[in-house]
Amino acid sequence: MTLLAETVAPAAGGGWLVAAIIFPVVALLLAVAGGARFAARVGVLALPAGLAIAVAIADGVAKHGVLGYYVGGWAPPLGIALRADVLSAAMLVTTAIVASGAGLYALHDFGPPREPGGGRQTLGFWVSLLGAWAALNLAFVGRDLFNLYVALELLTFAAVPLVCLDGRAPTLQAALRYLLYALVGSVLYLLGAVLLYGAFGTLDVELLATVVRPEPAAWAAAALMTAGLLAKTALFPLHLWLPPAHAGAPPAASAVLSALVVKGSFFIVLRLWFDALPGLATAMAMQFIGLLGAGAILYGSALALRQSRLKLLVAYSTVAQIGYLFLVFPLAFDASAGRLVAGTALAGGLLQAVSHAFAKAAMFMSAGLVAVALGHDRIEGFGGLARARPVSLLAFALAGVSLVGLPPSGGFAAKWLLLSAAVESGQWWWAVVIVLGGLLTGAYLILVLMRALQEPAAPTASLRPVAAWREAVPLALALLAVLLGLAGLAPFQPGAGTGAVAAAEAFQ
Amino acid sequence: MSFELSYELLVGLLVLTAAAWSVAARDTYSATVGFVSYGLLIAIMWMQLQAFDVALAEVAIGSGLTGLLLLSAAARLRAAEARVTSRPPVMLRIVAALACTAVSVSIAATVLRLPESAPSLAGAAVGALPATGLGNPVNGVLMAFRAFDTLLEKVVLVLSLVGVWSLAPEPGWSGRPRLLHPFADDGVLRFLARTLPPIGLLFGAHLMWNGADEPGGAFQGATVLAAMWLLVLMAGLGEAPRIRERWLRVAVVAGPMTFITVGLAGIGVAGAFLAYPEPHAKSLILFVELPMMLTIALVLALLVAGPPEPTAGP
Repeated sequence: MTLLAETVAPAAGGGWLVAAIIFPVVALLLAVAGGARFAARVGVLALPAGLAIAVAIADGVAKHGVLGYYVGGWAPPLGIALRADVLSAAMLVTTAIVASGAGLYALHDFGPPREPGGGRQTLGFWVSLLGAWAALNLAFVGRDLFNLYVALELLTFAAVPLVCLDGRAPTLQAALRYLLYALVGSVLYLLGAVLLYGAFGTLDVELLATVVRPEPAAWAAAALMTAGLLAKTALFPLHLWLPPAHAGAPPAASAVLSALVVKGSFFIVLRLWFDALPGLATAMAMQFIGLLGAGAILYGSALALRQSRLKLLVAYSTVAQIGYLFLVFPLAFDASAGRLVAGTALAGGLLQAVSHAFAKAAMFMSAGLVAVALGHDRIEGFGGLARARPVSLLAFALAGVSLVGLPPSGGFAAKWLLLSAAVESGQWWWAVVIVLGGLLTGAYLILVLMRALQEPAAPTASLRPVAAWREAVPLALALLAVLLGLAGLAPFQPGAGTGAVAAAEAFQ
Repeated sequence: MSFELSYELLVGLLVLTAAAWSVAARDTYSATVGFVSYGLLIAIMWMQLQAFDVALAEVAIGSGLTGLLLLSAAARLRAAEARVTSRPPVMLRIVAALACTAVSVSIAATVLRLPESAPSLAGAAVGALPATGLGNPVNGVLMAFRAFDTLLEKVVLVLSLVGVWSLAPEPGWSGRPRLLHPFADDGVLRFLARTLPPIGLLFGAHLMWNGADEPGGAFQGATVLAAMWLLVLMAGLGEAPRIRERWLRVAVVAGPMTFITVGLAGIGVAGAFLAYPEPHAKSLILFVELPMMLTIALVLALLVAGPPEPTAGP
């Protein structure tokens, strides 16, 4: 492990890390000051700039291995460090791409308001999108447990308003439930961070890793923080808030919530167990987290199979796909060393997080366009959709290819890596869950596609028109999810050093 | 038993009683009253522990503004509450009780086992304080060593305000928030609203200015200012501004914007984002704290005032 002190040089491009957080913050403050009409313009201009910052960080990480920064020039433990490794870079770029896609797609629904007095939804959407973007970037590069808590707070207060943008009573109720889960999660996380500081005198991830001992304070802190983060990530059985919240939000907001927001807290769970408390993992604790993941996969898929509305089906599919992320913990645990080891399993988890982000954003956006065209999203009424809205349906199907895990998609590479890790470590039971989950996913997606391929029950002349550019956004994201598998498999070829396994090994 | 010990035991017992009361009380209003007293008692405990900054924050935010927010919510709910007869299922309540007990017991057990001289950064913070020119190490942590957290927490405040505003119905959006005052109008409120604000303004500014060297700071000062403004609004002596007013929007972002501007200038003159050049550190910090205090006061008051309501006319 490289120590931060050696890698933090002002010349090493660490300033981009600050830019990744401060740039969206400045944009959102300008949006609040300028009002709704201005907010839509600032937001659109911020998208390519934010993407450029993420690419600059990825480029710096590719060149130097890691980027670091001491905010205010104060070194930890007194100050706050930021740091980007390959995992951070992958998540930063993913977030920038998905946020840009969601922003483009949202221009139709949340463009500059026509009446001077209006614009509640426009302002709410852009401020929340920029806030969530800043928060996620901080979650990916933060290296201080309290600074990460601030990232979680930013994320919560950006994400909750996205749920109830349309102001209908059911979405307000869903938002309130989400808020309660998220706040309880925050409190538990904060309690754990306080315990760690009380016992070990630092909140810095790198320093904590060197001083933390397996003792009750550390166990209690790890348990509280993990429980809090799982509630925010909506891991089964703490998922109850997710389906109504993600299904009720406007499509562009659902895409951001389902593709990105839940990954922020997941990423902090990874940081916590792999980086801050590496020696604390026990076989039983890791199996328990894996068990929750398996529960999520099977329960979420089974419920997705029973949904009659498309957006709820997609939301339950998120519950299931989150489960795969948590199989990383039992699969990365090296029983002989008694610790988590970065390798195939972590690479699979990273690829799952990235490919699910693209696929799920594409799915929610195309589901939104289908709902616009038909005026409803009841699956039984989808007859004739394949002929009427082929592009939207193609985007949905391609995203589905990645969720099921068919080659050459990113989802395939992710599940392949997780399966290999299960075989390597002799934990065949997780392999059974992965395969079963893939079958169930295939089942609920095929049911939707079969409906759409049927002849319509009524003539399709009543379809409302949808602009072609709006259909292009989910299609592009779905294609990314499918093509990602080619990049993800690169490490299996000799000489390729930038793939996911190499990325995971650089993590520790 | 010494006086000190019996006093601490008494406060502890009262805290537990107030906590139990707010959990057990049937209606929201009584529970809130319990919660406010609980906050005040907790603040006394912080005083006992010599944590004056925490005590100030607890009184101002934990008990004061949160209490006001809860009281106005209770006032709005009162009509609906009488009609609700169902309570959460027994199983749910048992699970909640078990979860709370488990968390409390594990924290208590852990804290009791912490080493007597717990590792702490207090020494390091005091040691590095001269570079900031400040005399209050708490303020040094908030405005220098961990200024990044302080800055981003203000952004959280702005986000939550936009979140509250977005709860308003579309037609009335950009109207005025209407504050329901939860108390019977007996003239006392009007009297206080006429006499207290000048003193409050002075006290708030004092808390901020003094925070550089003694307990206090921008946040505590801001809560006093917010309380004064809310008092005026609740007494009906003033109206909340329309949320579309440009001055209001600019004031809401002025604090974090100034902070970011000074932070970015720090890259040029002190080598890092949010670094201060040494001889001017204290004056720069006070320069940032003034707009921060105004932003915090405004946002806190507007959060309590709630979403804007539809208004007749332009």
